[in-house]
Order: sequence, then C-alpha cells, then structure tokens
Amino acid sequence: MLIKQLSIFLENKKGRFTEVAKILGDAGINMIAFTVAENSDFGILRLIVSEPEKAKEVLKEHRYAVNSTDVVCVQCPNQPGALSKIMKIITEAGIFIEYMYAFSMGDRALVILRPDNVEATVNVLSENRVELLAASELFRL
Amino acid sequence: MIWNETVECMSRDDMRKLQGIRLKQTVERVYHNCEPYRKRMQEKGITPADINDISDIVKLPFTSKQDLRDYYPFGLLSTPMSEIVRLHASSGTTGKPIVVGYTRNDLNLWNEVGARCFSAFGLGKQDVVQVSYGYGLFTGGLGAHGAVETIGGTVIPMSSGNTEKQIMLMRDFGAVGLACTPSYALYLADAMKDSNISREEFKLKVGVFGAEPWTEEMRRELESKLGIKAYDIYGLTEVIGPGVGHECECQNGTHLCEDHFFPEIIDPKTGESLPPGESGELVFSTITKEGMPLLRFRTRDLTCLHYEKCECGRTSVRMSRILGRSDDMLIIRGVNVFPSQVESVICEIEELEPHYFIVVDRINNLDTFEIQVEVKDNFYSDEVSKMIAIKKRIAHRLQSVIGLTPDIKLVEPRSIERSQGKAKRVNDKRKFNS
Repeated sequence: MLIKQLSIFLENKKGRFTEVAKILGDAGINMIAFTVAENSDFGILRLIVSEPEKAKEVLKEHRYAVNSTDVVCVQCPNQPGALSKIMKIITEAGIFIEYMYAFSMGDRALVILRPDNVEATVNVLSENRVELLAASELFRL
Repeated sequence: MIWNETVECMSRDDMRKLQGIRLKQTVERVYHNCEPYRKRMQEKGITPADINDISDIVKLPFTSKQDLRDYYPFGLLSTPMSEIVRLHASSGTTGKPIVVGYTRNDLNLWNEVGARCFSAFGLGKQDVVQVSYGYGLFTGGLGAHGAVETIGGTVIPMSSGNTEKQIMLMRDFGAVGLACTPSYALYLADAMKDSNISREEFKLKVGVFGAEPWTEEMRRELESKLGIKAYDIYGLTEVIGPGVGHECECQNGTHLCEDHFFPEIIDPKTGESLPPGESGELVFSTITKEGMPLLRFRTRDLTCLHYEKCECGRTSVRMSRILGRSDDMLIIRGVNVFPSQVESVICEIEELEPHYFIVVDRINNLDTFEIQVEVKDNFYSDEVSKMIAIKKRIAHRLQSVIGLTPDIKLVEPRSIERSQGKAKRVNDKRKFNS
C-alpha cells in the first residue's frame, strides 16, 4: 500500500520545471500527481509517476538531485466531512503528517499523505477500513 | 625518500652559513647587473659590502608584485637575454602579467628542488606520474614535468582539461601520481566516479597538489574520495614555480628549499621581521637564481615558519598551511574573511560537497555575503524543513568561525563551476559599483 514518491530539488530559476517535464515526457513517463514546496531560493518538487525507478534514473542522468520517499494514498468519498474522519483517526494514533496534497474527481477524492511513520499509518487506516490505493491502482487512473 | 640529504638534513648553523654566502653572491649579482636593484640599494645607502651574513638580509629593500609589473617585461633581469633560455608568466587577471626569465642553471636548480618534492611524496623512478597542471606560460605543467623526469619517473604530460581522456590514460598508463590543482583533483574525482570504472582499475596512490591555497579539510576530502595520500607542493611563479616547498610523509608543514629560497616572516603593516613561530607575511629572497633573482619579495601569503627538526629527518624550515593570500582577503561588513576559512567549514559539514562559491555585493550601502553550496545527492530531502535546517547549520558554523553570518544558498548538484585550473571561488561585485 506504499507509493514511491520522487522528490526533486530545484533552484528557483526560470525553466527548471519545464525541463523536468520534458525529460520525463521524452522518456515516456506519465505524471500522476505532484506538488511543489517552495521558499525563497529553492523548491522541492514531489512527484508521483508511472515508473518511479526509470524516472529517477533519467533525472539522475541529467544531474538532478532525486530521492524517493514512501507515501500513502487514501481514497475517500468526495463529500463534506469525509477527510475529517480520516484525519481524526491519524491524529488519535499519534501520527504526525509532514505534508499532504489532494485531488478530487467526480464522486471520489484522493489524498497523498507523507506521515512521519508510514507503517503505523497504513496499519491504523487499514484497521479502520479506510480505503488505501496501491501504486498500480493509482497509475491506472 | 630524501633526494638531497646533504642540504635537506644540514645542521641549522651550516645552513645559515651557506645561505649567507649565497645571499652575498646574489646581492653582488643584482647590484652590478640590475639597475632597479642597484638604485634601491643606493637609496638605502648600502652596497654589497654591507651584506656578509644571512642576518644582514634585513638591510635590503623589499620587492613587491607591483615592482615586477612596473619593470615589465625584462627590467628585473640580472643577465643578458642571450643567457635566458625560457620565459614563464603568471596568469595575472588584471593588467600585465608577471614575467620570469630562467637561465639554463635556473632550470637545473628548478629540477633539483622539484625532484626533492616528488621524492618526499614517495615517488621514484619506477612511478608513472600524470601531470595535469596546465602546460604553457603557467609554471605548473612544465615545473612538475621537469621534476618527474629528474627523479627518473615516467611523465604523462596531460596538461589540464579533456577529463575523459585524463581518466582513460590514468587507468591505461597506470599512473601512480597525479599532479594538478586541488580543485581540478576534486573535479577528476567526481568524473572518475561517474565513469563507472572501479577504483581497483586505477593505480593512483599519490596526489601532488598546489598552485592554489587549500585546507586540511580539503586534503581529507581528496584523500577519501580518491583513495590516495594528498601532498602540498608549494611555489610561486615569481620565485621559480612549483618546488619552492613541499610536504613530507609526516604531512606536518611544508618544507622549504631554503638553500635556494630564503624565507622570512614580516609584519605586513610595518615590514618588521617577526620571530620564528609568529604569523605574518611570507617574504622570499632567491639566493641562487641567475636570470631574475628576487630580493625580499613580498608574497602576500600569510603563514608562519617552524625551525624544529621534522620527524622525517629533514632539518629544513617548515611553513604552516597558508592562511590565505592577503590579496584574497575579503573585507565584508568590516570583518576580514578568507575564502580558506569558508572552505574549511564547508568541508567539515557532512551533507555538503566540497564546492562553494562566494558572492559579495553592496546593496543599499550594506555588504551582502552569499555562499552557494551543493548538498550531497543522498541528503536532498523531500521536506523543506530539513533543507532549511542544513542551511541554518552552515550559517551557524560560519558565524562561529568568521564572526559573520552569510546567506547560504543551496544550489542544484554540479551547478557550481568545476575548475580545470586554478579555482575561481569568489565574485566580489562591489568593485564595479562602489
């Protein structure tokens, strides 16, 4: 139930993301979700792609600093209060979320979580019957 | 191995006697053959008859880098041009270069001191040495070249650049020694790693690094990255080139070839000689050169000298690592900053590559001080807070070492320019708009 997320260090300079998108596109890799955390001089692009190992390799060839992290993808109904229930479970289990990002489509919503303890998160969410998406399912979206 | 035991292990008393005799000969030579020197000595009211002993050296006038520029190109030669067999010139970035002329004897003596260096690094006639200093007007390439031939080793005259070929030949020719600038050595180390050739395929054991100041931390970095022993070879174009001094297996200071180049330490402000062990500006007098002898040449290098016998057996004076060149010193918000201080901090921090670039500017009448650094691949995190923590730690360490808090800018891997010769690590923009 763990998903490999790539993180790429980018200086705040024009055209950096354009280049990353091109490298991945040329390698036939599809981006499924991403978010950028930025501050005054750099940004960190967190990215979920169809072939994380291959993506990491091609980006490394282009001298990017790429690392991978395990994240969790939660699926919940696209309706008021759905996410709040899930967050409550996580908080009560004493898990801290470093960051998260989400997208909704139609009647469902997907949330990517980067908790301080990935395994504990998977366990507590599974016990509470929260639906977790596997990487393969996410890639088929 | 000690190349010339007679002089390298000579008693201090005998050394001073020898230096006295040679200084007197040199003073006579320049007085009679080089007008600028004769005039200066006359202005001070001295003649060669006043120089009888090495301690008389303090009576002589200083020579500065500016003097060498003022008498460009051949005004400071003490022999006719017909005796000069080679010219070298410094890579002066501003204005005219500094030119040095060598007689045949000068080249022989250069080879002699070079041979002392390479022998002290444990290299000998059975060894292949790749010389990756630039060949040409710069003294590095040809200086190291002559030294390797003199010890009977096999020289690969690579010069700098063409990194892929450097690596291929280093492996194929079985180079045991690598002579280049420390910054180029770092560049080669990265390139060797990228080449996917395993370390076992290289025979490299010894690094002969010089031509730019480098720190103890940089040494450790180079030794671990390349799996070698890294030695300092010291030299200045004005004095002769590489070979003025060298480390030995103890790696505890740079032995100076003081039977040819007499060192003094002075207070850079007053010009007064300082007692042994005190830090100040290094001054050299060449006491055997014919083509262009220099009397009391102010190097601008800051260091100190130690006269105790070394564990290696040599009695020659040892120089501490150069703290910096007084020319390289930056004054930022009133604080003296040497790039070498920044380097030592950067090399100590586990998460950083040993590359940096300093940018100084003045914005709204306030100095800005930015240091660009690269994080090692595996330390780039997906969390902004972790990256900021690295920045803070570097800034804090620098604050405690230099008393000034820089803006740390994390940049992408390999984005700081790798130098193939002397590294350019500072951009002081203030000169252009103040």
